[in-house]
Amino acid sequence: MPDIVRNGVTIDDNFAEAFPMSGTGILITAPNPKWARQAALTMTGFATSVIGCGCEAGIDCEVSPQDTPDGRPGVRVLLFAMSSKDAEKQLVNRLGQCVLTCPGSAVYSTVAGEFEIKVGDAVRQFGDKWQMSKVIDGRRYWRVPVMDGEFFCEGKVGLTKKSVGGGNLLIMGADWDKTMRATEAAVSALDRVADAIAPFPGGIVRSGSKVGSQYKGMSASTNDAYCPALRGVTKSALDEDIGCVLEIVIDGLTDNAVREAMRAGLRAIIEMGPEQGAKRVGAGNYGGKLGPFHYHLKDLLP
Amino acid sequence: MKPFTFALRQEPPQRVDLSPLTPDRLAGKSIAQIEEIEIGVTRISTKVGDLFKISEGDLKNVRFEGGSTRFDLVGAKLLPGFAIHVEGDVGAQCGRLAKGGTITVAGSAGPHAASGNLGADIEIKGDAGDFLAGPLAGELAGMAGGRIIVRGKAGERAGDRLRRGILIIEGDAGEDFGARVIAGTIFCLGEARGRIGYLNKRGSIVLARGGCFGSTYVDCGAHELNFARLFARRLRNHSAQAAEVLSRRLRRYGGDTAVYGKGEILTPD
Repeated sequence: MPDIVRNGVTIDDNFAEAFPMSGTGILITAPNPKWARQAALTMTGFATSVIGCGCEAGIDCEVSPQDTPDGRPGVRVLLFAMSSKDAEKQLVNRLGQCVLTCPGSAVYSTVAGEFEIKVGDAVRQFGDKWQMSKVIDGRRYWRVPVMDGEFFCEGKVGLTKKSVGGGNLLIMGADWDKTMRATEAAVSALDRVADAIAPFPGGIVRSGSKVGSQYKGMSASTNDAYCPALRGVTKSALDEDIGCVLEIVIDGLTDNAVREAMRAGLRAIIEMGPEQGAKRVGAGNYGGKLGPFHYHLKDLLP
Repeated sequence: MKPFTFALRQEPPQRVDLSPLTPDRLAGKSIAQIEEIEIGVTRISTKVGDLFKISEGDLKNVRFEGGSTRFDLVGAKLLPGFAIHVEGDVGAQCGRLAKGGTITVAGSAGPHAASGNLGADIEIKGDAGDFLAGPLAGELAGMAGGRIIVRGKAGERAGDRLRRGILIIEGDAGEDFGARVIAGTIFCLGEARGRIGYLNKRGSIVLARGGCFGSTYVDCGAHELNFARLFARRLRNHSAQAAEVLSRRLRRYGGDTAVYGKGEILTPD
């Protein structure tokens, strides 16, 4: 089937293959946006891939004071893992080490899931019996005394097993600058989609991987078909006009969130066109047999 | 849809136990059967039909047209999702052991209102009697959930042995306000008297006008507490005055150090 061209950008007739994940998240508020963001950034550091980090996490959006429970500026963080047990462990650890420690922070549930995991009910013990519980409108909150006042944390937060991880776009361009320009535009477009995150640095990954390796015991290794510097010596997927490939990986609380995020990213890349940005967009999959969610690029075109 | 209405014909000749007249217990009964329900508490019979003219309506909303200080146990063991409104006064133990739902009383309530309440949202537009939200004799804990708001005054020992939940008194409170509180949150927006927060274990007592609470409460300084901001926002639609007090900078007194001592009294700084 011929590839599709939109505004000069070639769209591969291919699909992204994604997997079910356990998704959870918290809303962090602070006295000002700087410290809400700082807590969120610290908590979502070293959370790019479940392979080595245990979870994938990122900032979904900033929340204005009118929309947070305590009327302070907030940041919504989403966290995804391969099992609900992993998600709970990672969330509790990161909350205890990164958010509890961050000046001014407070934590609220923000994901409506079919399960709940204990966060405040675990962190409360830091209070050494000086912590106090408050039940407000049926939800339990913990007040843990800390050196700048009180750390205020909801007892339980929602978790859903209906999350999806691994939506992706492969953005291919003539050189690094142009490819990056298109990819950054796509990231800022999909940042505006609710319930979805791009967990890699700045939302972008440059070391896309394939399954398996020539070394024993390595489950993943560089995706040589998409390495421009190996074009001549490997079975390359790249034509001569491609000098750089960047990837965006997307995790979402729902199937639809991932789809909409991919759609928004694709639209931004196409709008920019090949002169300024990318020449070609593809998607990564494993043949379609491993992951139950398939996102065909041709279905996501503007 | 119109509420299921009990219109009072006459002042009850004796105290009456209205606990059978909650939506779940009335469900499936005909008017004739309801009129036969015995509500008297002495050997002299008083039946529902003797006191009330019944008009059928939406059983989720029960309305009493006219009240009396002899109406005991209104809304007792009420279940979530149902509502009871009394256009008048009620007697003792209004909302006793209610699991949920809403009860509004346009007049005043007698003693032990909201006693053992587990989740109901109760509003009393007039005054409340003694032992508001308190336990009956021999019980170890009082109210254990839900919310009660008294727009007028409350009698003595309001919030006695409160276990959980929110109690707001917009007027004055009688002697020993918040005595023996185990946990939960209680507000007095008027004057509170007596041994305030006596033997409080880990409850929060909010006094809009301060008060004298003895040397076993220890000043912990004035603070901007984040929990108070959240609490204020959640209370705004129910008691604007209580929300206003919580929005201010609050001075925290820890205590009662005569006992467990993990509770607090909060007053605007």
